Amino acid sequence: METILKTSQLGIQFGGHKAVDNVTIDIPKKHFKSIIGPNGAGKTTFFNLISGELQATSGEVFFKGENISRRSPVERTRLGLGRSFQITNVFPNLTVLENVRLAVQSREKIRFHVLRHFTSYKRITEGAISILEQVMLTNKLYMPASQLSHGEKRKLEIAMLLALDTEVLLLDEPTAGMSLEEVPAILDVIRGIKRSSEKTILLIEHKMDMILDLSDSIMVLFNGRLLADGTPQEIMNNETVQNAYLGGLYDEQLTMP
Amino acid sequence: MKRQSIFTTSNTVFCVMAVILAIVPFVSDSRTTLILLTQIFIFGILAMSYDMLLGYTGIVSFGHAMFFGIGAYTSAIMLNMYESTMAIFTISIAVGMLLSAVLSFFVGLLTLRLKSHYYAMLTLAISGLVLVVAEKWRTMTKGNDGFTFRAPEFFRDRMMFYLFALACLIVIYIIFKRFVGSPLGRVLIAVRENEQRTASLGYKTLHYKVIASVLAGVVASLAGSLYAVSLRFVNTSVMSMDITLDALLMTIIGGVGTLIGPLLGAAVIEFAQHYLSGLARDYPIFERWIIIFGIIYILAVIFFPRGIVGTLSQKLGEWKMKRKTAAVEETFQKVPPPGIADESGEWK
Repeated sequence: METILKTSQLGIQFGGHKAVDNVTIDIPKKHFKSIIGPNGAGKTTFFNLISGELQATSGEVFFKGENISRRSPVERTRLGLGRSFQITNVFPNLTVLENVRLAVQSREKIRFHVLRHFTSYKRITEGAISILEQVMLTNKLYMPASQLSHGEKRKLEIAMLLALDTEVLLLDEPTAGMSLEEVPAILDVIRGIKRSSEKTILLIEHKMDMILDLSDSIMVLFNGRLLADGTPQEIMNNETVQNAYLGGLYDEQLTMP
Repeated sequence: MKRQSIFTTSNTVFCVMAVILAIVPFVSDSRTTLILLTQIFIFGILAMSYDMLLGYTGIVSFGHAMFFGIGAYTSAIMLNMYESTMAIFTISIAVGMLLSAVLSFFVGLLTLRLKSHYYAMLTLAISGLVLVVAEKWRTMTKGNDGFTFRAPEFFRDRMMFYLFALACLIVIYIIFKRFVGSPLGRVLIAVRENEQRTASLGYKTLHYKVIASVLAGVVASLAGSLYAVSLRFVNTSVMSMDITLDALLMTIIGGVGTLIGPLLGAAVIEFAQHYLSGLARDYPIFERWIIIFGIIYILAVIFFPRGIVGTLSQKLGEWKMKRKTAAVEETFQKVPPPGIADESGEWK
C-alpha cells in the first residue's frame, strides 16, 4: 500500500523536556490508525508537529513523499492535512452553518471574492448543510456555536474538518469531555467516514475499548516515545503496553515507599 | 438558506434616512445644523473605516489618524499649490488614497504579524512618527500653525458640500456593506472570532488583515480630504491621537461589528460635543465637557460593551429566542423526551 504520511525520527524538545522523542511511523493510504497513551504522553504534541502548529526540533514529516517539516499550518491544510482540536476550537459567535460554510468556502478556494454576496454561492451553503446532515446538526443551523452543548460542539468540530475534504484527517480526541450518551453518535459519524470515503484517519483516543474495532492499527506513545505499533490484537497482547498504559507502571510507582 | 433580498427592512430604513438627509438642506436654512451634519457624515466615514479594523477583523489600531491626516494634508496642499478646482480636489482625494494604501500596505505587512496589543503599540509609534514628519516638514505643511486654503468654487455653497459629503457616505456605506457580505468579508469575521482556527481552515490570515487595513486606510484618507475642505484649514491636529480616539469612541458607543453603529456613534458624539460645549455659556462646568464625556465613555464600556446597535440587536435576539424556546417548551411538556432526569434526579 502506498504511504501517504510518514514521520522520520520526529521529535520536539521544550527546554530539557522531550515531549515527542524520535517517533518514526509510516501510514498507508486509507488506513485508520489510532494513537493511544496516558496523559502527557505527547499525543497532541505529535499531532501539532504533523499539522504544523509546532515546529519539530528534530526529524521530518513527509506527506506523499514530500518533506513538509518547514511548511506552515495553512500550507499543510491546503496540501491535504486537516485536523480537529481536542479543546473545542470553533468560531463562537458565528452560527453553526457559518462555521461549516467557511470551511467549505476554503475547500472551494473562494478566498478573495468581493463582488457577490456570500449567500449567492449556493453550492457552498448546500455543501455545508449536507455535511451538517452527516453529523446530525441540521436542527441547529442558525444557532451561535457558543450555545451548543459540548457534544454538539465536538460534532461541529468534526463537520468543519470534513468540510475541508482533506485526504488525511487528524482527529484529536473527538469524544473528549463528552457524556457517555453522546459518544455513540460521534463514533457513528467516524465509522461513517471510515466506511464511505477514501480518507486516511489518525485518531487520538483515551477510551481504548472504543477504538479497537475501528482501527486498522494502533500506536502507543509513552513519555514521548513510540512504545508499540501494531494491529489492535497485537497491542492488546503486548505486555509493555499493558504495563504502561493500563496502569502497571503507575501502580508500581505509587506503591513504592 | 434564504437569499437576502434587496428590500429588507434595514435597507428600506436606510434609504428613507438617506432621502430625509438629502432633503434637510432644502427645508432648513440653519447653517449650524448643516455644518454639524456634514461633520457627522465625515466622521461617520472615518468611524466606519475604523470599524472595518476593530469590529470586523478584530484589529486594534491606534494609528488610524495618520491616514486621516494624509488625506487632509494631500487635499489641502494640492488645493493650495494648484488651482482650487473640483478637478484638483478629485485628484487630491485619489492621491491621498493612493498614499494611504501604500503606507497601510507596508505598515500592515510588517506589523500585522504581531499579536494584538503589540500591533496596537506599533501603530501608535508609527502614527507618532508621521505626526512628527508633519510637524517638522514646515516648507510643505507649515508645521503646527497649519495654513488656510481656498476651497473649490463649487463648495463655497455649504449645501453643495453637504450633499457631496452625504453622497460619499452613502457610497462608502454601500461598498462596505457589499464587502462585509462577500466571501472575503466572512473570512475577516472569522479572523476576528478565532484567528488560529481560520488559519487551520487554510486561509492565510495575514493577507486578510492587510486587505482590511488597506481598505480602512484608504477610506480614512477620503474622510480626511473632506474634513480639510470642510474647515478650509489644516494643521497637525488632523494627525493627532484625538482623531483616533474619536473614531474609537464613535465605533464603541455606536456598536462594533456593525456598519450602522459607527454612523450612529458619530452622530451621538458630534451632537454631544456641539451641545455640551454650547451649554458652557450658562454652566461653566461644561467648559470641561470632555470630563463628562470620559464618564459617559466609561459607563458605556461597562454597561453597553456592544454599543447602541449591538445592545439593541442583542435584546431583539433574546426576545425572539424567548418566544421560540417558549414554543419549544410547550411541545416538550406534552411528550417528555427519554433520557431526561425526572424529579427524583434519577436518570430514566
